[in-house]
Amino acid sequence: MSEPSVVRDTIIQGSYLAASVLFILGLRSLTRADSARRGMQQAALGMLFAVIGTMLHQEILTYSWIITGLVIGTIAGYPMAMRVPMTAMPQFIAFSHAFGAVAATLVGIVEYRHLQHEGTLSSGLVAALGFEVLFGALTVTGSLMAFGKLQELITGRPITFRGQNAVNGVMMAVAVGSLIALVLDPTRAWAFYTVVSLAFVLGVTMVLPIGGGDMPVVVSLLNSYAGLAASATGFAIGNNVLIIAGALEGAGGLILSVMMSKAMNRSFGNVIFGAFGAPPSASAKAAETRESKTISMEDAAMQLAYASSVVIIPGYGMAVAQAQHVCRELHELIQKKGGDVKYAIHPVAGRMPGHLNVILAEAGIDYGALHTDVDDANRVLASADIAVVVGANDIVNPDAEEDKASPLYGMPIFRPWTAKVTYVVKRGKGTGFSGVENPLFFLETTRMIYGDAKGVLGGLIKEVKGLEEGH
Amino acid sequence: MTLVMLLYVFILAGFVGFLVIGKVPPLLHTPLMSATNAISGISLVGAIVAAGGQYGRLSTILGFVAVVCASTNVVAGFLITDRMLGMFKQPPKDTKSAANEGAAQ
Repeated sequence: MSEPSVVRDTIIQGSYLAASVLFILGLRSLTRADSARRGMQQAALGMLFAVIGTMLHQEILTYSWIITGLVIGTIAGYPMAMRVPMTAMPQFIAFSHAFGAVAATLVGIVEYRHLQHEGTLSSGLVAALGFEVLFGALTVTGSLMAFGKLQELITGRPITFRGQNAVNGVMMAVAVGSLIALVLDPTRAWAFYTVVSLAFVLGVTMVLPIGGGDMPVVVSLLNSYAGLAASATGFAIGNNVLIIAGALEGAGGLILSVMMSKAMNRSFGNVIFGAFGAPPSASAKAAETRESKTISMEDAAMQLAYASSVVIIPGYGMAVAQAQHVCRELHELIQKKGGDVKYAIHPVAGRMPGHLNVILAEAGIDYGALHTDVDDANRVLASADIAVVVGANDIVNPDAEEDKASPLYGMPIFRPWTAKVTYVVKRGKGTGFSGVENPLFFLETTRMIYGDAKGVLGGLIKEVKGLEEGH
Repeated sequence: MTLVMLLYVFILAGFVGFLVIGKVPPLLHTPLMSATNAISGISLVGAIVAAGGQYGRLSTILGFVAVVCASTNVVAGFLITDRMLGMFKQPPKDTKSAANEGAAQ
């Protein structure tokens, strides 16, 4: 190796090392909310280092395509990131996964063609390339399907047909078989392209049968796949920073999807292959005609105004109604009256892990008021005067603790009924996403307030303010 | 580099990932996901080489599309993560600075 190329190589590797370290530090900064932002800015800087380092690569002969691509990507990415509302975060991330995965898949195809042309295909390399395009292509279509479901372009209901798992199984087997055929003889281009095409189809057929409410697990899992695709790229082109970044994401996605499945009381396999489509057998109890008690806006406002501690349990209903800002207003009013307001946020509240936290943060509620640990939140609830359930259902269903026949049985839940009174703000009398009846609504200490979350909270604010003027 | 060395890197990085990410509190799980999403845009590195190398016209075009997609992923991913993290306000121990931050936004 000549002198300048050694120097160049050192610079490139140095930039990758710096990027890897900054990525890890960036992710570590996410363990604390106050250090997170700066840490992630440093991670972004790391990405910049990696890009600049790569530009020095000796195989690069023309820069026009690269620069044009970078400019277009930046112009496209900026408004996307700045305009997307916080409620749409899950579909945005799914969409963004698709983009990254398209890149990984295309790089895999280019690399295969390149090695084929040079006649330097080896079993190890094609194995890496095969995994890359398998995970990459699966993530592309899978993420687009998840995006469609979350954006409600496709029905959120599981789309199933008979023998679905068998068909998917066969396709998977053929894909893996082709991959093996490719490794045995790396020049079998048909095998390579079979893997690519089947992975594209599998992304669709594996995500379609999964219900909209299970999308948090799917998005986390696709997160993991996108990481593995990036790692496989790293193996194929012998690049450490790709391997490291991909492994980090792969680990992160896996941790989150397992956590989500647990919080939803489903085994991981059940989410992926179970097609959560047939729960009604469990709701036999729903036939009983029980009446739940309601409370007027006026009375509820009065109680809230004089409560010394209030715990709000938000669900996706709050996000859908965009009620987070009125919620903060009510929060501040109660605080002004001397009451303490906390939030109990379930791990699966919302459409992705931690979704409700972001939505409340967007409204300016400081994170010190958010209790994200179920046990911790239940302690706070036990000493609260009023628990207010806003647009949540399954996460406050006592059957999860009491009724062994309930599909929710075993799921960690909040216990709003341990507070003196529970108000449930709910759109109508329907059941939750799981289709399971909620006995909480019929408890002695529960009062229902029917209406859209934003309307109800707005009404409560008006009433509390009215009380003030009355004095 | 040999395959074994690459495997070392992969497995050790995976361990680091499990250790570090396992400690991220549920509060920040959404930003965590967008952060790892942004970081996985590292495929951009591969895309740049594919688009800039002279591997033939089709490869250049595919590489170019990959650069566009990966850089969209990177830019959007990091910006949205930053935007989200900017929303998380300190608990009011230090009310003054929290108020200032709010005003700045």
